[in-house]
Amino acid sequence: MKQPLIEIKNLSAGINGKQILKGINLTVRPGEVHAIMGPNGSGKSTLGYVLAGRKGYDVTGGSVTYDGKDLIELAPEDRAREGLFLAFQYPVEIPGVNNTYFLRAAYNEQRKHRKQEEVDAVDFLAIVKEKMKLLDLPDSMMKRAVNEGFSGGEKKRNEIFQMAVLDPKLAILDETDSGLDIDALRIVAEGVNKLKRPDNAAIVITHYQRLLNYIVPDFVHVLFDGRLIKSGGKELALELEEKGYDWLIGKNGK
Amino acid sequence: MSESLNAIEQFVASDYKYGFITNIESDTVPPGLSENTIRFISAKKHEPAWLTEWRLKAFRHWLTLAEPKWPNVTYTQPDYQAISYYSAPKQKKTLNSLDEVDPELRKTFDKLGISLNEQKRLSGVAVDAVVDSVSVATTFKGELAKQGIIFSSFSEAVHTHPELVQKYLGSVVPHTDNFYAALNSAVFTDGSFCYIPKGVRCPMELSTYFRIEAANTGQFERTLIVADEGAYVSYLEGCTAPMRDENQLHAAVVELVAMESAQIKYSTVQNWYPGDKEGKGGIFNFVTKRGLCKGANSKISWTQVETGSAITWKYPSCILQGDNSQGEFYSVALTNNCQQADTGTKMIHIGKNTRSTIVSKGISAGRGQNSYRGQVKIMKGATNARNFSQCDSLLLGDKCGAHTFPYIDVQNPTAQVEHEASTSKIGEDQIFYLNQRGLETQDAVNMIVNGFCKEVFRELPMEFAVEAQKLLGVSLDGSVG
Ligand SMILES: Nc1ncnc2c1ncn2[C@@H]1O[C@H](COP(=O)(O)OP(=O)(O)OP(=O)(O)O)[C@@H](O)[C@H]1O
Ligand SMILES: [Mg+2]
Repeated sequence: MKQPLIEIKNLSAGINGKQILKGINLTVRPGEVHAIMGPNGSGKSTLGYVLAGRKGYDVTGGSVTYDGKDLIELAPEDRAREGLFLAFQYPVEIPGVNNTYFLRAAYNEQRKHRKQEEVDAVDFLAIVKEKMKLLDLPDSMMKRAVNEGFSGGEKKRNEIFQMAVLDPKLAILDETDSGLDIDALRIVAEGVNKLKRPDNAAIVITHYQRLLNYIVPDFVHVLFDGRLIKSGGKELALELEEKGYDWLIGKNGK
Repeated sequence: MSESLNAIEQFVASDYKYGFITNIESDTVPPGLSENTIRFISAKKHEPAWLTEWRLKAFRHWLTLAEPKWPNVTYTQPDYQAISYYSAPKQKKTLNSLDEVDPELRKTFDKLGISLNEQKRLSGVAVDAVVDSVSVATTFKGELAKQGIIFSSFSEAVHTHPELVQKYLGSVVPHTDNFYAALNSAVFTDGSFCYIPKGVRCPMELSTYFRIEAANTGQFERTLIVADEGAYVSYLEGCTAPMRDENQLHAAVVELVAMESAQIKYSTVQNWYPGDKEGKGGIFNFVTKRGLCKGANSKISWTQVETGSAITWKYPSCILQGDNSQGEFYSVALTNNCQQADTGTKMIHIGKNTRSTIVSKGISAGRGQNSYRGQVKIMKGATNARNFSQCDSLLLGDKCGAHTFPYIDVQNPTAQVEHEASTSKIGEDQIFYLNQRGLETQDAVNMIVNGFCKEVFRELPMEFAVEAQKLLGVSLDGSVG
């Protein structure tokens, strides 16, 4: 078996003194896709933020080993440079900052971190063009400011586009499917599949089993009240779609 | 949320990178201001009698005035008798080439990254360097002269083109205009003069770098730019000053005159010493800048990036006298630590179909206080005048402030005046978003701030825009976790 890419052990975390994650255990190995499902407010986005190192989210117990390193010790930008990518549930707008300019800055931060030479605007444009084709994105999007005035679906596509360019080892997609129309959903999912390799992995947070028809997960986990209360294969998603969460919650009741 | 605020506050701490002092021997008068001081300055500069009289008239008027109290700033009033009103770098002879410039001065320019050599070779910019109020090097004059363009120090122009100077001096900013303009008119030592003849498009950006040197020396520049019918000129003004403990007063006057179909673009990057984190030291920048769109179809644009000075009091304005004339004001003003800025513009519409655009971006960090003060005045005869104003404020942290004081006075019913204003904070979510893509917080903040200022930066000439972006970075440089 491959070495884990990320190993989360008994992770507890909270915000403003409020405990939200209450002992998460999850191991993701290269080449795997894990889906996390669960009712609203169960802590799915919180898990993403904690892994990405958002300020204000305090780890109160447990450990996270990422690519052999203590993840919690790393600054958020270093986690990103080490190949951890979070596609946001609600991507923010950065008015006036050109999308291509921003993405090149991000790309070059990663390269500097790896002691590689920075890429100039011309070479970067070639990389961008290739990835745009992969995701069937319009040129105009790259000329606009980061997410400024983007529709909900455009923002989500921009997240996946950034992911395609930054080529992370571990991608966490937080409800990237919500807000996408049916065609966009297919395009985005196909894009994610094309980027899949034996040496990278993804954690896909979603409410809909529909997405998992396209991005087929190796494992499905149910997060409820800060704990992973059930894990299974892709068929678990179908079962959840059919029965909802009550039968699980009842068993694990609060 | 409290932690993210903390990060922003920490980040706001910064050090002034241009704080160094050059040793150039000065020829300084003892502190104090009287008719004798003015006669001394005038004599020192071998000025004609009319100019001496003009200065004295301004001085006598100044004595009757009090410092304005309406700007939204607080400071200890300078002691005008403790200021030395004249100091010139010692110069043995008129310089023919850059090699003859005082090596100490050259070093200063090098530290600022604006060596004249570089300027000359790379950017084709003619540089009229003003150090301690007197020009020491003027380049590219020959090339400009071929087209009939006059670009020289003010004191030189007084001798070479007295008729032009006498005709336009005080024609846009009269000595009676305000306290600081009166003071400047009485004691100004030097500055730049520029005349673009009919139909000539100035082939290069004209640029002046200002430095304030000898301690306790007030700096009073006078700049006059005249664009004759159909002429075009783009003028750049950039400034830095060495670190000082005492407050230094700066009260410049800039006058622009655009004749029929002429166009003047005036760009400023100002990064004088803002004082330390506790508000000690720093420059008092009390400037009067005004442009007159005298002829029909003329246009004047002010673009400013103000990041320095302890106190800024500055309203580059346009008098739109000619029919169809246009005035523009694009401004970025940044206040950090204890800096205070009260800045904005006045657009006075007199002619028919006159148009004005105001875009003001205020950035407040630390305990900085930033006020936009703008007046749009549509006179009775200004049929179909139009104005659009947009004032945006960006706050970094919660100890700083942004204030907007728009004054609108419409006397013609056909006028259209639009005013938009917004205030926002740099969000912790924006910083985290950029962190998550690999940018550290300092770079993230710089990127967000630069994005906020984009509409103004794109009005600046290319090299200047790059410099302005760097400058915002320097001004906001700090320690962020
Ligand atoms: N800043 C905060 N202060 C207090 N509670 C918070 C804060 N942020 C999140 N929470 C709470 O933490 C819990 C988990 O939120 P989270 O966003 O992780 O849920 P989620 O599983 O992603 O839900 P959804 O499916 O709606 O996206 C919720 O009860 C939420 O209200
Ligand atoms: Mg969520």
